[in-house]
Amino acid sequence: MSIVECKDVKKAYRQDHLFVQALGGITVTVARGAFVAIAGPSGSGKTTLLNLIGGLDTADSGRITVDEKTVTSMRQSELAVLRLYKIGFVFQSYNLIPVLSALENVEYVMLLQGVPQRERRERACSILDEVGLKEMYHRRPAELSGGQQQRVAVARAIVSNPSIVLADEPTANLDSKTGKELLQLMEKMNEEREITFIFSTHDQMVMDYARRLIILRDGLVTDDRSRDP
Amino acid sequence: MHLQLAWRNIWRNPRRTTIITIAVVVGVWSMLVVGALDRGMIDQMVRNAIATLTGDIQIHHDGYRSDPVIENSIADPKDVHNALARHLPEGSFWTARVRVNAIVSNARYSTGVTLVGIDPESEARVSFIKTAVVDGHYLASDDTTGILVGRALVDKFETKVGHKLVLMSQDTEREIASRAFRITGTFRAELEATERQFVFVNKAAAQEMLKAGNGISEVSLFLPDHETVDMVRDKLKASLPPAYEVETWRELLPIITAYLSIMDSWIFIWYLVVFIAMGFGIVNTMLMAVFERIREFGLLTALGMKPWWIIKGVLLEAFFLLIMGMAVGNAFGFASVFILNRTGIDLSALGAGAEYVGLPRVIYPTVYIQDVITANVVVFVLGLLITIYPAAKASRFTPVEALAHI
Repeated sequence: MSIVECKDVKKAYRQDHLFVQALGGITVTVARGAFVAIAGPSGSGKTTLLNLIGGLDTADSGRITVDEKTVTSMRQSELAVLRLYKIGFVFQSYNLIPVLSALENVEYVMLLQGVPQRERRERACSILDEVGLKEMYHRRPAELSGGQQQRVAVARAIVSNPSIVLADEPTANLDSKTGKELLQLMEKMNEEREITFIFSTHDQMVMDYARRLIILRDGLVTDDRSRDP
Repeated sequence: MHLQLAWRNIWRNPRRTTIITIAVVVGVWSMLVVGALDRGMIDQMVRNAIATLTGDIQIHHDGYRSDPVIENSIADPKDVHNALARHLPEGSFWTARVRVNAIVSNARYSTGVTLVGIDPESEARVSFIKTAVVDGHYLASDDTTGILVGRALVDKFETKVGHKLVLMSQDTEREIASRAFRITGTFRAELEATERQFVFVNKAAAQEMLKAGNGISEVSLFLPDHETVDMVRDKLKASLPPAYEVETWRELLPIITAYLSIMDSWIFIWYLVVFIAMGFGIVNTMLMAVFERIREFGLLTALGMKPWWIIKGVLLEAFFLLIMGMAVGNAFGFASVFILNRTGIDLSALGAGAEYVGLPRVIYPTVYIQDVITANVVVFVLGLLITIYPAAKASRFTPVEALAHI
């Protein structure tokens, strides 16, 4: 059963006075519980596709459904609700709130969801323990290493049990050892919690970890292959 | 956590937060202190005017106010005495005066003055004159030759207590009446003009000199509760024949009354001027704070935060800035008013300029609670209102643009 369906999705950007075709008609489906990498050179449309699936941007044409909800016909307020409850994000540059501690960063999403304080605290502690940051609850992002910050970002993305986590170049700012540990962590979350992970990457290690690899070039899918189990 | 986040956000840049807080502090402080000084000044002007000779209410014969000659006096004050006995509230005081224009002279100088014939005992309870004597002594009830003169007039005439002065005025028979008096005392008044304008003699002496019989020019009343002036005026008016004019200090002092009536508007305009200067600072600071955190607002939107929540977050930051500034500004404002209440602001250096507009020599601030509330409401409400602009900007960043922002 698919959790993401993209059908003939097109997106163009205006750059100065030129239109740049970022996606030229993408049709792809992602099964629930998948661990998928979207790879390709810079400008191939990886991040654009991820943004469209996550409802951060709107497609010019085509249709995208996420967890049986048609993202392409949603209003901004509906997209905000979808992102809040169904989608977790992990960004290349971590994007933690610098004035909040690791624990508070993880709690913050649940605060927006209206989860009661005690439950928020319990779930945030539990997920931070799970990502290996038991001793780091009260450290602010500036007091954490890049790998630790990205673990907090992963914890924030999965703490509210989303259907899908979209990770845009999650290992790009990490050394290979830390990147590997992060991938192992996300793989574990994928297996244990059955959360679908979709990465955009040009990191070979991420491609190697992914069970399915979609290659984009010039806004079109040029290859789509699954790794043998 | 929203409160914690807002509080921590404003301290990301302590220098900027300190500067904008100082701007709010200075704004609130100046609103309170300038407002209190204005109120204090006008209050003193009213108090001085009432205590000098005006009183809360005056009764005259019809026509006296437009032509203050002895012929327009109250020939037989019996009706007035009866009305006062019936309608004055307990604790009120009143006095009857003869008041005409006159010329005072000695061997070297002469000048126009207002001759005021007083009953020393009752006058002492209504006006400033008994307590204002600084040299010599106050008039005795049976002293028909004594005269009280202002310090400024004594200096001008180069005379002193014990010396003679001659008063000259028109009597009821339209003849020139004159009489010599001996200076029994000199007085100081809040305004030097008062010292030069008024001379005081015994009422009986004035009546005799002016051939006025029992006639008086005015009755001045001092009420225990100044708020009851209109009610007492109406009662007296109703019980006196139409030949009498009964007026409150508001009608007797039209310039001060006009000044009072524009005071509220003037203070509010002052608040707005201060706020506009302060408001630019607040908007500028909040815009800087917003543009520094574009990525963060993009992240919050990406996480599913609704635009209204972002607006609320920025408003919360402004709330903390305003509350801090208001708290410190109020504290400084009240401290300044407290100190100025002890020392006053001495306007003597302004001399004749201050006299000309009727300003007291020393101004003491007076705090009106409604001014304090208005100043704080103006700063708080308008402060939050103008923050809506940067807050709305923050809420309009799209996640894709914001997260791509370097």
